[in-house]
Amino acid sequence: MAEYALTSKGEGNVKATLAGRLVIGNVARFMEEMERFFHERRPTSMTCDLAGLVFLDSAGALALLKVQDAAKSHSFTLTYENMSREAGEIMDLIDRDALVKPPLHEEMTNRSFAVRTGDATVHFYHDLINVLTFLGELLAAITYSLIHPGAVRWRDVLFYMKKAGAEALPIVGLISLLIGLIMAFMSSLQLKQFGANVFVASLVGISIVKELGPIMTAIIFSGRSGSAFAAEIATMMVNEEVDALTTMGFDPLRFLVIPKVLAAIIVVPVLTLYSMFFGILGGLLVGVIGLDLTFYTYLQQTMKPIEVFDLASSLVKSVVFAVLIAGIGCQRGFQVRGGAEAVGEATTSAVVAAIFLVIVADSAFAIVLQYIR
Amino acid sequence: MKSIMEDRNIIIVENLVAGYGDNIILTGVSFEIRRGEIFIILGGSGCGKSTLLKYMIGLYRTTQGRVMIDGADIMSVDDKKLKSIRLGFGVLFQSGALIGSMTLGENVALPLSRRRDIPDGLQDLIVRMKLGMVDLAGYENHYPAELSGGMKKRAGLARAMVLDPTILFFDEPTAGLDPVTSTEIYGLIRRINADLGTTMIIVTHDLDLIMSIGDRAIMLDKAAQGIIADGTPRMLKENRDNPRVFSFFNREEQGDRHYGA
Repeated sequence: MAEYALTSKGEGNVKATLAGRLVIGNVARFMEEMERFFHERRPTSMTCDLAGLVFLDSAGALALLKVQDAAKSHSFTLTYENMSREAGEIMDLIDRDALVKPPLHEEMTNRSFAVRTGDATVHFYHDLINVLTFLGELLAAITYSLIHPGAVRWRDVLFYMKKAGAEALPIVGLISLLIGLIMAFMSSLQLKQFGANVFVASLVGISIVKELGPIMTAIIFSGRSGSAFAAEIATMMVNEEVDALTTMGFDPLRFLVIPKVLAAIIVVPVLTLYSMFFGILGGLLVGVIGLDLTFYTYLQQTMKPIEVFDLASSLVKSVVFAVLIAGIGCQRGFQVRGGAEAVGEATTSAVVAAIFLVIVADSAFAIVLQYIR
Repeated sequence: MKSIMEDRNIIIVENLVAGYGDNIILTGVSFEIRRGEIFIILGGSGCGKSTLLKYMIGLYRTTQGRVMIDGADIMSVDDKKLKSIRLGFGVLFQSGALIGSMTLGENVALPLSRRRDIPDGLQDLIVRMKLGMVDLAGYENHYPAELSGGMKKRAGLARAMVLDPTILFFDEPTAGLDPVTSTEIYGLIRRINADLGTTMIIVTHDLDLIMSIGDRAIMLDKAAQGIIADGTPRMLKENRDNPRVFSFFNREEQGDRHYGA
């Protein structure tokens, strides 16, 4: 039974005894009781006999100290008598200064709105500069690799093509098929009312080829591979592997980033084409099964509004997305300082930043392409 | 031979200010390392000894102070020159820093792949020889994840010395190892130093390592932000002028920390 027993006698000069066990489970009650006692009885001095105390843990010892402090704030002294040697040793473990010492760092949540906004702005600015610098270095390194293909680690390029490309085929296919299916189904509900079923094919075709194919592929690619690139490089940073490469005379950018970016440049356009195929197939299924269109009409209606320019510009777009996603993934990896917990942050940040940049780039393309044609 | 006599010092650090960003850890650090010695940089946790090492191998660079390696200041040389200087030294990082996606053989061959004049057959042979030197013969197809901590460090050492560097840097070579494995590492370091004449720079707080193989040592201190003792390990151990040095070598708790109310 983890309990203590407190008894007291006398007015003004109080003599009390504390017996039993004072442990972490009952110290709150003990301190409350003592505080109430001080308040009601207003002693002028007090001694507390601890001879009957059979067990005291560090929380109990802390409570004894705090009660002594409380007595001091009621302007009388509380002395403990007959404290056992063991209890004294536990009391000695407590460093009174440590209880009141202010923390070395201010609590981060206490900062004002203005300070936080300022910090976030400065952080964003530095981040932007870092990303731009990195992309610049990356473009220089890509150009160098294209001029000196012998310096590229082609074995790694193949490895990442398999990882990021071949292994992504099922998920890209499935998602694109479903997107095509949903689009065709939803648009048919509206178009049916006007008897314009046949335009479902054009609608699905145009949106898949011009926008959704490249964008969906880019988003899946950043989730699957951008994050993997970030995690891989971040882990290497934490394990000092990147430092080791640098000291062996390798350029980490050429050694680690170029194979990933080249693999991305090769597989993302292929995945995009593949995604377009499945998107249109999804639409076709709805068209043929649900809308009574023939296979041939559907395909004809799909091809009618799509020009070679649309397809070509989408593929160019997907190359740009590939560089952005793989580049930002690696850049977030290199930013990691410290321990393993930073790896997760880098991964999240890589995916978020990659999707953001893809959308920004896509908007820019939408405007530019409008003027080019 | 004259030139070697002239630069008895292979590394000279002058008035180096070291730190991360705005956080300065060391100021005005100066010392020399002699050719062929086992030089130890020691100090308690957080005193900046690993940071100092990163400056000495050119991973961190600063305009405040100089680090001369064989006469070239690696704080101010261009990247190309720095790369060629780095070919002359090897670094053993704390965890071994083996590339996880490569086998031990490929890891050890990495520095060799920088050179075009080594055919593949010779490369394989050199890898086997170096793995043999660290008692890891036959492990060339193992991945780092399949090895224990001590084996990773030995493999890291094989990679660091594959090009027979003139300088080897070690970051805490015995941290996290059991006493027997630690002793093996001491023996390895001493043997390479004796047989190949390699200058060894070791960052550590392992007293046994310092006393058993160190030729000379400097001790860094967090509060002083710099060197508080310099000399042979024996001199440092017997130094009674500085209480911090004395307490470190005699494994005593320092006077400014105490328990109780």
